Amino acid sequence: MSSPSASVPVRLEYRNVTMRFAERGGQRALTAVRGVSFAVGDGEVVSLIGPSGCGKSTLLNIGSGLMAPSEGTALVDGAPVAGPNAHVAFMLQKDLLLPWRAVAENVMFGVEIQGVAAAERRRRAANLLAQFNLAEFSDHYPHQLSGGMRQRVALARTLAVDPHVLLLDEPFSAVDAQTRMLLQRDLAQTLAREQKTALLITHDLFEAVTLSDRVLVMSRRPGAIVDEITIDVPGRDDPIARRADPRVASYVARLMERLDIAHAPLERQPAEGDA
Amino acid sequence: MKPGGDSSMRKGAGASLALLVIFLAAWQWGPGALGVPSFIVPPLSMVGAEFVHAFAFDHLLLHTGVTIGEVLAGFALGSLLGALFGYLLGMSPTAELALSPYILALQIAPKVAFAPLFILWMGFTIYPKILVAVLIVFFPVMVNVLTALRNVDPDLINLARAFKATRAQIFWKVEFPASLPPMFAGLRIGATLAVVGVVVGELVGGDVGLGYLLTFGEGQANTPLVFVSIVMLTLVGGIAYLAVVLVERRVLHYLPARGIAENS
Ligand SMILES: Nc1ncnc2c1ncn2[C@@H]1O[C@H](COP(=O)(O)OP(=O)(O)OP(=O)(O)O)[C@@H](O)[C@H]1O
Ligand SMILES: [Mg+2]
Repeated sequence: MSSPSASVPVRLEYRNVTMRFAERGGQRALTAVRGVSFAVGDGEVVSLIGPSGCGKSTLLNIGSGLMAPSEGTALVDGAPVAGPNAHVAFMLQKDLLLPWRAVAENVMFGVEIQGVAAAERRRRAANLLAQFNLAEFSDHYPHQLSGGMRQRVALARTLAVDPHVLLLDEPFSAVDAQTRMLLQRDLAQTLAREQKTALLITHDLFEAVTLSDRVLVMSRRPGAIVDEITIDVPGRDDPIARRADPRVASYVARLMERLDIAHAPLERQPAEGDA
Repeated sequence: MKPGGDSSMRKGAGASLALLVIFLAAWQWGPGALGVPSFIVPPLSMVGAEFVHAFAFDHLLLHTGVTIGEVLAGFALGSLLGALFGYLLGMSPTAELALSPYILALQIAPKVAFAPLFILWMGFTIYPKILVAVLIVFFPVMVNVLTALRNVDPDLINLARAFKATRAQIFWKVEFPASLPPMFAGLRIGATLAVVGVVVGELVGGDVGLGYLLTFGEGQANTPLVFVSIVMLTLVGGIAYLAVVLVERRVLHYLPARGIAENS
């Protein structure tokens, strides 16, 4: 279970990953995720869903090398993750644009850090901005953009470093429903065209189903993977068309059932786990 | 940027000007109308005449120049040291923990109370005045820089780290630019406080500067000269403040437009 078909190479893999955090006070440990194993193949898009606080973001932090797991390993291109990796880029719900940088300069943030030559960075930024219909805004500052535009700039910044693996943590959950669908389409087209590998965390079950090849379902904390659903619907590069397919609704229904949303208590998260 | 922003700004400037005229008129004719003697509140014309007189016979320009020099030196040194310590403490939580009680104590102590001490140490020179200004400017700048570094979004730093940024890159590309708006807010406060520090120093001891002119006028029961000194000090403080605002506008050009007196 939880692996891509044998023919494609694995890009991102979690092997028996467990993460514990010291609770405030120090004695007890909170287990955020326990024994998580799965693999994402080259060019594959996998969504991770699960109740709030089950450790999805934690897994993403481990994959991007920002956190070391308590047990187990994450691997990118077969090598254990021991810190940030130039082939992995992440994007969060917050756009994290730097207000003092114009749009194009924000897109170049990552490549600039990685020491890509100035001409090449400008070329990449111009290409990406044109691709996302933002060319005319390249000299604008973030506060002059709408939320959807800012999120597209963030996506462009993520792609500018030409990563093998994209880690996306609820990237569109802060924008309105219509903008979100357009952003999802932009993302899906880009992922398909560039053959990128992506791990997408989302609470939007339609987003999970329409954008992914597979959906992994996590249990309540300590998070473990309890189900895996392969989305057998064509057209992963066009989520808006894909959404119309009747099978999508049945996948969503199955995910809801799996998450037990009808009976789930409202999460009282901050009381036990606010850090 | 905002629609109508220009016209509303013009309206505001017009109203300010009208208020100034009303204020000056009240100053000129108010005291007489209310029967306030001119040695308590001299009318505007008397202060104007005293200004000309002080300019010609009391070295007003020299006193103003000395005060400006002290304010500039105190402000420059104080903000430089404040920013430096802000960054150092911001980057080293251990240093901050070790030093914070002392910094807090110094911050609570009224800085102007050090003026007599500094004069004992350094005599009737310009240095004790500069030192008071340094001390008084130091804290708002340091505290603002330090808080700004504390408040940088950790996700922003993680983003830079995920791109494999070095510690220096994180500082120069994220932390330093993020600290600039609060730092400028501190500098604006510092610009006006520098004048306070210098004046207190001059009041306490010395024979030059606008603060000295103030006590000199007081000793002579020359109320108009006291007013002249106050007006000049206000001008010095105002120009210092405006200079900071102008630099700030250039450096922080990416921020949405704001009014002059707005904080942070
Ligand atoms: N740095 C940390 N220190 C201590 N506890 C943490 C830390 N990061 C996360 N946790 C805890 O680990 C658990 C999982 O957090 P995580 O953010 O991964 O959840 P999530 O699945 O992403 O939730 P959501 O869907 O709400 O974003 C939570 O209980 C959280 O409080
Ligand atoms: Mg999360």
